[in-house]
Amino acid sequence: MSTDITWLIGGPQGSGVETGANIFSRVCAEMGYQVFGKREFYSNIKGEHSYFAVRVADKKIHSNLNEVTVMVSFDAETIFRHYDEVMSGGALIYDSDLEKTGTDDVHSLDQIFKSRLHKKLEAKNKPFTISGVLEMAKENGVNLYPVSFRDILSKLAEEAGDPKLKALIRMFNVIGVSLSLGLLKMPSDFLFKSIENIFSKKPKIAEINKQAANHSYNFATAKFNDFNYSLPGTKKEPHTLLVQGHLGTAIGKLVCGCRFQPYYPITPASDESVFLEQNQILEVDGDRPGSIAVIQTEDEISAIGMMIGGALTGTRSATCTSGPGFSLMTEALGWAGINEVPIVITLYQRSGPSTGLPTRHGQDDLLFAINSSHGEFPKIVYASGDIEESFYDTCSCFNYSDVFQVPVIHMMDKFMSSSVVTCKRFDPTKVTIDRGKLLEKIDGNDYKRFAFTDDGISPRSKLGLENGVFWNTGDESDEYGHISEDPLERIKMMDKRMSRLELIIKKIPQEEQLVSFGIHDYTIISWGSTKGPIIDALEMLKKENIDIGFVQFKLLHPFPTDYTKSLLKDAKTIIDIEANYTAQLSQIFKQNLGRDVDYFILKYTGRAMTSTEIYDSLKKIIENKANKREILTHGA
Amino acid sequence: MALKLSDYKTDVHNDWCPGCGDFGIVNAIQMALAELNIPRDKAAIFSGIGCSGKTSHFINVYGVHTLHGRVLPFAQGAKIANPEMTIVAAGGDGDGLGIGAGHFVAAGRRDVDMTYIIFDNGVYGLTKGQASPTLRLGEQTKSLASPNTNYNVNPIGLAVTSGFTFIARGYSYDIKHLKDLIKAAIRHKGLAFLDVLQPCPTYNDINTRDWYAGVDMAEEAQKRHSRIYKLEDTEFEPTVHFNEESELNEKLSQALIKSLEWGDKIPIGIFYKNELISRYGERLTDRIPNFLENPPAKQRISSNGKPITNVSKLLDSFEV
Repeated sequence: MSTDITWLIGGPQGSGVETGANIFSRVCAEMGYQVFGKREFYSNIKGEHSYFAVRVADKKIHSNLNEVTVMVSFDAETIFRHYDEVMSGGALIYDSDLEKTGTDDVHSLDQIFKSRLHKKLEAKNKPFTISGVLEMAKENGVNLYPVSFRDILSKLAEEAGDPKLKALIRMFNVIGVSLSLGLLKMPSDFLFKSIENIFSKKPKIAEINKQAANHSYNFATAKFNDFNYSLPGTKKEPHTLLVQGHLGTAIGKLVCGCRFQPYYPITPASDESVFLEQNQILEVDGDRPGSIAVIQTEDEISAIGMMIGGALTGTRSATCTSGPGFSLMTEALGWAGINEVPIVITLYQRSGPSTGLPTRHGQDDLLFAINSSHGEFPKIVYASGDIEESFYDTCSCFNYSDVFQVPVIHMMDKFMSSSVVTCKRFDPTKVTIDRGKLLEKIDGNDYKRFAFTDDGISPRSKLGLENGVFWNTGDESDEYGHISEDPLERIKMMDKRMSRLELIIKKIPQEEQLVSFGIHDYTIISWGSTKGPIIDALEMLKKENIDIGFVQFKLLHPFPTDYTKSLLKDAKTIIDIEANYTAQLSQIFKQNLGRDVDYFILKYTGRAMTSTEIYDSLKKIIENKANKREILTHGA
Repeated sequence: MALKLSDYKTDVHNDWCPGCGDFGIVNAIQMALAELNIPRDKAAIFSGIGCSGKTSHFINVYGVHTLHGRVLPFAQGAKIANPEMTIVAAGGDGDGLGIGAGHFVAAGRRDVDMTYIIFDNGVYGLTKGQASPTLRLGEQTKSLASPNTNYNVNPIGLAVTSGFTFIARGYSYDIKHLKDLIKAAIRHKGLAFLDVLQPCPTYNDINTRDWYAGVDMAEEAQKRHSRIYKLEDTEFEPTVHFNEESELNEKLSQALIKSLEWGDKIPIGIFYKNELISRYGERLTDRIPNFLENPPAKQRISSNGKPITNVSKLLDSFEV
């Protein structure tokens, strides 16, 4: 029988939920399993509810499911918020000291949620307490595993002869993880290894945590032996990474030679810049050590300004931001456009508008990215579908910007950035570096930065290059870069720049423009991180002998119209899946192909789609029971 | 080969108003570059938006005419990526102290080795004479419908409190003095700020060339032939000589007090100079030891189209 379970841990922000999930994920990955973990959290430093759902399987997985197999909680809020996600036959490990806690005792439970929960409890005549919701879970067929977390600490303190350990509630996360491992009959050696790995810089803390882990693990193996699911381990795929979302773009930047990244802190983008700074010194084959200068600026306007300044010196330069920051960057983006400066903006989208849901997911910014900045100029908008892809795509984005001398907006999102997944080791040997018409030497003394050429792209000098003096201006200019308001020169310059849109479609290989996962009567169009849940949902349908096609768009601007048209000519029903309200891809699709989309599966709760939800909606569509707009709601 | 002044001039038509103070500043920059014999391809003029924004087109070195208020971010980015460049940023008072004031403060704190010149004339010339941040409260220049309702920014004072390490003021009709200040600013290893008083003959009918020359003043002042006087002709000593808080505070506070002088007596020259604190480039070498020898723009990133950055160890650390 194949293994496919979901484990969920929750607790207040700052209580080690993420660390707990990292330990669990690492153990599973070490045991050979594929892991797909997703973190959800509030815009808050300490105290609000956060949780991590980790799906573990012995086959490749790309998303979360709705149902939770094992939930472990060391606070009341997690139980209140997630008790109904645990499947029948699943397990709920909880702190038995919480049983009497009422909904009013949990101050971080908001009124809106509370009244919804109260209604459910009232309907079943249950008290508004943990005991109440646990009864509901039990009636749903959930196995309850009460453990007094404080007792475990007391016994641990007793064993170790150190009364101070009794108060170490910081270790509730490790206790929860270890109980889960015991319940799932997982070997403990990986647990200790994983704890050592996570606390590698704090050996003392690692030691205490190992003791706590050992104690809790033994407690669970002794007491919990009626559970039907287990994780005995499976064959490990060689060269597997366990990575968090921002690492694909970050390591991609290092490999492809990005050496300058000014940025301004913003969720969920700054993790990438922080990682780059932590790894700023670079080993370079056959050369002295290199480095990437990561500069924290005063705002995003400065970040893009500095990035452009860096790019003018011939340095591969980038920044990383999210919607609000990108909004501030748009004026300078147009400057880079008219001056044909290659820059890459990695855009980790979140839910807008304005501050919106600042720590939640969304794909709201596609049309904004395409239309960003006033005036008309060529740019590329390119979207990655998962973390592994984002490594290679980052390298491609830099090549595109150099070759076509245009700004590139690389679309990522919060779902990807806060996912922790196993994937194939990134392979730098598959990466090529193409700087396009960047010059290393110039002869003569009549260099023209914006010279008219056959392909519309001028040889590019850089600040500091002998004989390469040029001028830039945000005004329209002549070939030297001096201001020109001549009407006919304007036409030539506009034609020169805008001709690149066609060139981009012609030159970028089709397999980099979009990925077809098969075309059938029903075919999905989508872009970005919906790829994972879509692939998994299609897999589920395939088992029922239902074939649905899927085209993942990567090059979103300029749009690969002709290729798409030919690809989709036999698809009868088009289904657009996106994490936004207005189905933005479908708008570009219609604009370019003149074709309507038949169904929409949309989600704008700020939570990522699960494959379960997509599966359910696709089923409804096939059975002709669906609304034109299927709106998804799963997730706390 | 020594370069001549004419080598630093472009043949781009200059469309500033006749008598504009900007001419003096462009001439002074060209003269400074020539006297310092900086190769044309090793210097870049960055400029903002407005009349002064066109400056970069008139000087025959790399010229980057950026956005309104954003000249400093662009310029700093270039200097950080390629520290070999001599970089002069130029912009108006509205550009640098209005829309760009945040960058002004942040740039001061950073102290990247370059020069920033503000063309200070009290008005937004290119949009027909609105009040700029340096116009005084209650003053009503020619095209204002009513007197200015805002207090003025003190550019020198703001620079003093923002961390600039070279702070000076010039006057655009004293080109030789201004040229010497620009040379000193370029030579300074850190962020040098130059506030250049620059009459706008079209829109500022208060701070005119005649006003600076003191023609309206009493007999006594007229003997000086100017409201303007040079700090170097006085006892004023702007340089921080030793790295102690008391010395630093004294030099900062006297610069601040001096910056408040206005009206009948207007000081120009160097207000503050500190060569003792570490520069941004050096601070980066604390993080990246070979940063200055191998800055971003000098690094090799590929060989025959393949990457040469080795991330094996990094990837190993994520392998399970």
